[in-house]
Amino acid sequence: MTLAATLLAAEENNPLIPHTYELVIGGLAFLLVFIVVGKILTPRIQKTLAERTEAIEGGIQKAEDAQAEAQATLQQYRDQLSEARQEAARLREEAREQGAQIKAELREEAQAEARRIVEAAHAQIEADKAQALAQLRAEIGRLSTDLAGRIVGESLEDEARQRRVVDRFLDELEGSGTAVR
Amino acid sequence: MTTLTLLAADGEFQAPGPEIFNFPPLYAGAPEWLNKPAILAVVGALIVCVFAWTAFAKPKLVPRGVQNIGEYGYTFVRDQCARPFLGKDAERWMPLLLSIFLLILLWNFFGVIPVLQLPVNSHIAFPIIFAVTVYVIKIYLGIKHQGGIGYFKNMMFPPGLPKAVYVLMAPLELISNLVLAPFTHAVRLFANMFAGHLILAFFASVGFHFLFEQLTPLGAPLGLVGFVMTTIMTGFEIFIQFLQAFLFTMLAAMYIGGSLHADH
Repeated sequence: MTLAATLLAAEENNPLIPHTYELVIGGLAFLLVFIVVGKILTPRIQKTLAERTEAIEGGIQKAEDAQAEAQATLQQYRDQLSEARQEAARLREEAREQGAQIKAELREEAQAEARRIVEAAHAQIEADKAQALAQLRAEIGRLSTDLAGRIVGESLEDEARQRRVVDRFLDELEGSGTAVR
Repeated sequence: MTTLTLLAADGEFQAPGPEIFNFPPLYAGAPEWLNKPAILAVVGALIVCVFAWTAFAKPKLVPRGVQNIGEYGYTFVRDQCARPFLGKDAERWMPLLLSIFLLILLWNFFGVIPVLQLPVNSHIAFPIIFAVTVYVIKIYLGIKHQGGIGYFKNMMFPPGLPKAVYVLMAPLELISNLVLAPFTHAVRLFANMFAGHLILAFFASVGFHFLFEQLTPLGAPLGLVGFVMTTIMTGFEIFIQFLQAFLFTMLAAMYIGGSLHADH
């Protein structure tokens, strides 16, 4: 009797036939979860995940930018450094050239000065010599005349004659001097 | 139930049958619907809501605690179920898919949680709720995105086949898509939970009967086997419970994706 009742109950409770009240309860439960989890909460976590992705990507972008900037600055410094080096080399070269030029100029000047001094000395000597000769000539003339006057005992009064004699004498003297030389 | 216990007390081992899924109202005079599966269904829904609320109510950019677990679940459903079938539409359907996944998963886990020990989805009404929801969405989206005629044409006459094949193909596809798909969608989940619970109940009652109710030298080893098998099958059942929740959600995504884009 009880067994038959159980069998009958089991027959009524075919596991493949849903109970209406379970459908209603399940539907309401699912609706509740869908509203709370799906409609309210899922958008929030989606927003946060999107923000996180953005933040990470932004961070990466920022790091890349910083690196690029550092690279650019480094390149700039390197350029400046090499420029400075070239400039220094150029200045050194210029200085060397200038030094050489100055040296050459100084040498030139010194040589010119020496030449000028030597020439001036030559001219002086020449002039002195000429003057000495002229003086000597006059002196010798006078002495010779005196001497000759004394020797012959008479004064050679005729001035013109006297001079002619002296000149002739001197010319002869010079001529013999030259010949001797 | 009472009949069975009485029979068992007589000394004869009685294997548990489908009647273990029948639950009387919670107390005498309670309405018919107020029984264990109904309570578990509501409690499960509330737990899912509370869990999701703790995890996602105020999400932080740097996740902590429960949010980590919640995000793990979210990204699992998104990457394993939604994206393979929905592509760029994945985010839009995540509210539905995540709700389905979390609720089914917890309802399944109730089968191995001590004291509760009843997978809610072993009552077919609950899988039917999910399957019907997905089915309605599938038909609606199919007609909306492919046109009333286009949807059925794409369904029944996938291009690139010899004409003669369509004679066989068209009705099969129609039945497969409109009748069999939602049916198997619900029944797969239901049957797995139903059978799993039955198996656990069987081994548990073997162990209980031969180790406690009728301890005999001959029966004790059998009782031990029942006990060990209960433990092993509980582990296996946890895996199945997770797998079925995952599979159900994945199929839901597949049906929705198939309606959004005629891919065959």
